[in-house]
Amino acid sequence: MTSEAIGAPTAAAQPRQKSELMQQRVRAARLFLLPMMIALAVVAGWPLARSIYFSFTDATLNDLYGAEWIGFGNYLQIRVLESGRTIYRGVLADPAWWNAVWNTVRFAFWSVLWETILGMIVALVLNAEFKGRGIVRAAILIPWAIPTIVSARMWSWMLNDQFGILNDLGMRLGLLNAPVAWTASPDTAMLAVLVVDIWKTTPFMALLILAGLQMIPKDIYEAAEIDGVHPVKQFFRITLPLVRPALMVAIIFRVLDALRIFDLIYVLTPNSAATKTMSVISQENLFQFNNFAEGSAQSTLLFLLIAIFTILYIWLGKVNFDGGDR
Amino acid sequence: MTGSFDLWKLTKGVLFYALVIAIVVIAVFPFYYAILTSFKAGTDLFRINYWPTSFSLANYQSVFSQGAFPRNLLNSVFVASVTVALALFLAVTASFALSRVRFRGRGLLLMTILAVSMFPQIAVLAGLFEVIRFLGIYNTPWALIFAYTIFTLPFTVWVLTTFMRDLPVEIEEAAIVDGATPWVIITQVFMPLMWPALVTTGLLAFIAAWNEFLFALTFTVSNQTRTVPVAIALLSGGSQYEIPWGIIMAASVIVTVPLVALVLIFQRKIVSGLTAGGVKG
Repeated sequence: MTSEAIGAPTAAAQPRQKSELMQQRVRAARLFLLPMMIALAVVAGWPLARSIYFSFTDATLNDLYGAEWIGFGNYLQIRVLESGRTIYRGVLADPAWWNAVWNTVRFAFWSVLWETILGMIVALVLNAEFKGRGIVRAAILIPWAIPTIVSARMWSWMLNDQFGILNDLGMRLGLLNAPVAWTASPDTAMLAVLVVDIWKTTPFMALLILAGLQMIPKDIYEAAEIDGVHPVKQFFRITLPLVRPALMVAIIFRVLDALRIFDLIYVLTPNSAATKTMSVISQENLFQFNNFAEGSAQSTLLFLLIAIFTILYIWLGKVNFDGGDR
Repeated sequence: MTGSFDLWKLTKGVLFYALVIAIVVIAVFPFYYAILTSFKAGTDLFRINYWPTSFSLANYQSVFSQGAFPRNLLNSVFVASVTVALALFLAVTASFALSRVRFRGRGLLLMTILAVSMFPQIAVLAGLFEVIRFLGIYNTPWALIFAYTIFTLPFTVWVLTTFMRDLPVEIEEAAIVDGATPWVIITQVFMPLMWPALVTTGLLAFIAAWNEFLFALTFTVSNQTRTVPVAIALLSGGSQYEIPWGIIMAASVIVTVPLVALVLIFQRKIVSGLTAGGVKG
């Protein structure tokens, strides 16, 4: 393998010595990387390959090693009966799966949209100079620091139909006529999940956007001020285009996170078809309903979906990396 | 003329501070309410108050006396600490190689590490279950330490690599002239400079491991081996109407207070660590 030196060698006597040094460094680097690469192969690479393999077999939870290859059977099976009727089976023909896909997409879209809007507002507030800015920044870190499970339980207590404080508040303010069973009712379950997720994740979004805002040079605004540009126009013509690379990366980061959501939904709205996402349905099939192979197929499909977004993220991230960093 | 201008300015100021107060109240209220609830006992629990009216430690006493919660707490501390130590140990040398040495395939390797940190955990769940059963660590804390490496390791490598890339070349050159090997450079020259970065990444990885739910739910099955998130999620009464909300809130507060304290103490470092892992990455 060839290697490149950090600096170009200048003197005639030096190159040999320097390249020996570089070779020593490259050898050391390979040795240094080995433990990490082995660790990642064992905890990520191999399990991923096995999960995908299981999705093409008839494996069950109790009999992983006796699994036999059945091709795409877990994904889609088309059988024509003698009567001429065609029967579709497998994950891709399962309405419960498509319901989970729809829930996941719906959740990801609405949560990321609101987190972006609210995150932008919070970031703009934090980017302004005012008394008590430190307190606001400390306060918004609290939802972020609270474990998801804890926030799910905190909110399910606040959203409780009989003793919940939010029903009480809503009725006192005249917004509600009667208490609502927010998490139990299929009509409001998704709304409840969205509210909790937006509450918990907006701070993260705000901090990422804030980092982008702080990279915008101040003199651009000074120039705009002198030219008499209206602040709203300043936001759409200066702030938004300049913060866009950071914003795009933050959005895709959040989309990836939203697509794999599991814990909040599992705890806040257990067994609700209105909120069950791809991760939840897959985990249930794998370890609770003894449909190991089908669960593997579902997790593989989710992996494919997220892989597409990851490629998009790295691609956009690289654009940002070359342009914005140093 | 000036009067109306001042009025406009005043209105703007009032609206701005109203927004600020709204942000703070919304951010803090749920946690405040959880603390409030955790100090209520008996039928007080079902009276809705916005301010503290009674004070009782009964819920905290039952959290520590009933069930396996103290044990769960210990499990969480153990799992998160060992996971972080392991990740930092593997990441320090790896990120030296990734940030200070040029070699072929470095960019590809960095991309792979980033891609792994984006993995949906569910995608490896089935295969990880097989490996964990094979290793005979199913239903032990080691299963979780093993599994958590999938998200702590890529994250620590990534953040430490961005940090080390910014260390001045001169320090390293001086060490090379003195005949220091790469190992000596890492341990004697870089490590003392890296404490802030190690603390930040360690803390963020600790929080991630402390909060993890999916792996903990799947790879541990008994009360004695569970971590706190799973224990809190599974705390329930005999029926839907007997959910012990007071105890749940007390347990939640116990689990969250140390995290909130750590986050507030290391505020600045955490924000910079998050942005290094997010925006730059």
